[in-house]
Amino acid sequence: MPRRVSPTDLSYSLVVGALATIAIFILIGPVLIVLITSFTDNRSLKFPPTGFSLEWYAELFDAARSGQIHRAAANSLEVALWATALATLFGTAASLAIARSGRQWARMLDTMFMSPMILPGVAFGLAALMYFTFLGFRPSLNLIMLGHAIIIVPFVVRTTAASLSQLDPALLESSASLGASWFYTLRRVTLPIIAPGIFAGAFLAFMASIDNVPVSLFLSGPRSDMLPIRLWGMIESTLDVRVAAISGLFVSTVILLMLVMERVVGLTKRMRD
Amino acid sequence: MSLAVAAGVERAGGTGSGVRWAEWQLALPLLLAFLAFFVGPLLILVVVSAFGDEKITLVNFAMWRKFLNDPFYWKVTGNTVKLGFLTVAATLLVGYPLALVYLAARPGVQRLLLFIVILPLLTSVVVRTFAWIVILGREGVVNSVAMGLGLVPAPLRLLQTELGLVIALTQIEMPLMLLPVLSVMNRIDPNLLDASEALGASKWRTLFRVTLPLSLPGLVAGCVLVFASSTTAFISQSIIGGNRLVYLTLLIWQESLVVYNWPLASVAALTLLISVTAAIAAISLLGRRGMRHLHA
Repeated sequence: MPRRVSPTDLSYSLVVGALATIAIFILIGPVLIVLITSFTDNRSLKFPPTGFSLEWYAELFDAARSGQIHRAAANSLEVALWATALATLFGTAASLAIARSGRQWARMLDTMFMSPMILPGVAFGLAALMYFTFLGFRPSLNLIMLGHAIIIVPFVVRTTAASLSQLDPALLESSASLGASWFYTLRRVTLPIIAPGIFAGAFLAFMASIDNVPVSLFLSGPRSDMLPIRLWGMIESTLDVRVAAISGLFVSTVILLMLVMERVVGLTKRMRD
Repeated sequence: MSLAVAAGVERAGGTGSGVRWAEWQLALPLLLAFLAFFVGPLLILVVVSAFGDEKITLVNFAMWRKFLNDPFYWKVTGNTVKLGFLTVAATLLVGYPLALVYLAARPGVQRLLLFIVILPLLTSVVVRTFAWIVILGREGVVNSVAMGLGLVPAPLRLLQTELGLVIALTQIEMPLMLLPVLSVMNRIDPNLLDASEALGASKWRTLFRVTLPLSLPGLVAGCVLVFASSTTAFISQSIIGGNRLVYLTLLIWQESLVVYNWPLASVAALTLLISVTAAIAAISLLGRRGMRHLHA
């Protein structure tokens, strides 16, 4: 028996539906528009483009004309890899220690390790610049890497802690009662089970490092240019259309990585939970 | 999940000799790293803000006095806080309905929606900001459509306005609002919604009496993340806001890297830190009040 839809329920569906549609357009529209714009044959960012070509991609891959961008991208990748390695190692270890301890100190440490998510990155960037300057360091990729590692640790701590909370303690008890040492249990039981969580956290941490502006802004110098900072300069100065090509490349890579990570570790579900 | 955690804690605490979850020493490396490279720098920030000159020789809190006595700096601080709350309001207005649609959708549609939410989050902030220049610019999408339909005679000026910036930040920050909300919604028992409907409640009534109270913790977490992220979004603020709209991040950047007045930059950075912390505390308090009120 078909139910009659009351006027109030109809108004609910209309209002919620309309706002949700706007939300979807706002979320996905810009991503698609930038992808389309990257194939323009024009010098301006007119949308829709008057014609299509690959010329901006060609210029972007030209080592002679886009050398600085390539260097900045290589720096960003190098920093992200090392910062992610550090954050994953330290963050996983810390999670193992604090995730299921209900003690006061564990909660305080957890709050501290998660605080870079909330504290203004620009304030930390400035603080790090002054701190390292007073200690006598000059801006370098190593300093940026340290700063990034601190900022991205929360991603690893959060996803690892979530995996640990779903781990059945009975498994560890059986392992211990069968005579396995603490380290053996960690290596053969705990780590294999929480590995997808760690991996998902490392992926998010890596993306956060690639994307980081506040720390790179203050710690990068002429010899340690970072991709987001260079892009910012390109947008501010002449509105270089190569930015659209880089953006297009970025969007396609992210879609590809998301599909891979979805298969490997169930990324979207982990991010929601 | 909190139940599982509580159970785990009991076991870990109860079996002193049997299973140790993990040695507490495992937290030491990260603790030391945070003390050296996070707490240390933040302390330096506080110390430098006490100096009164650009050469950092005199401790007299002159920069704090200068900052607090100048209406310009108050306006910049006020604009920054206002931008944070406007972005929170905008992401709530369109984000929450999307979460409601997610709640009612089939699993396949839910996966697609989740993908749509996460894709922009992983796409660089600079790229997302750039996309909004293409959309809001003089020859951009909005102006092409508006002029094509004959709605406006001349291109609208959307870049370098607060409206344009809030629209762009709505997209840039919406995933941070949605992820905690979706996480909470995922744990809502569908039977509750069915029961509400079966008892004759309209969809609006179910929303305000069942769904909203149950998703409040996620909403609070989302509001906190969006506020914190939008107030410190230097690139979006400077590119879309331009030089006509001055926010604390631009002030911090100019004073530290252009003018080299580190004490004043530190004062501005601490003001940003304090404003964000205060706003977050206010949001959490409101959330707790709301939950008490609804559960009473």
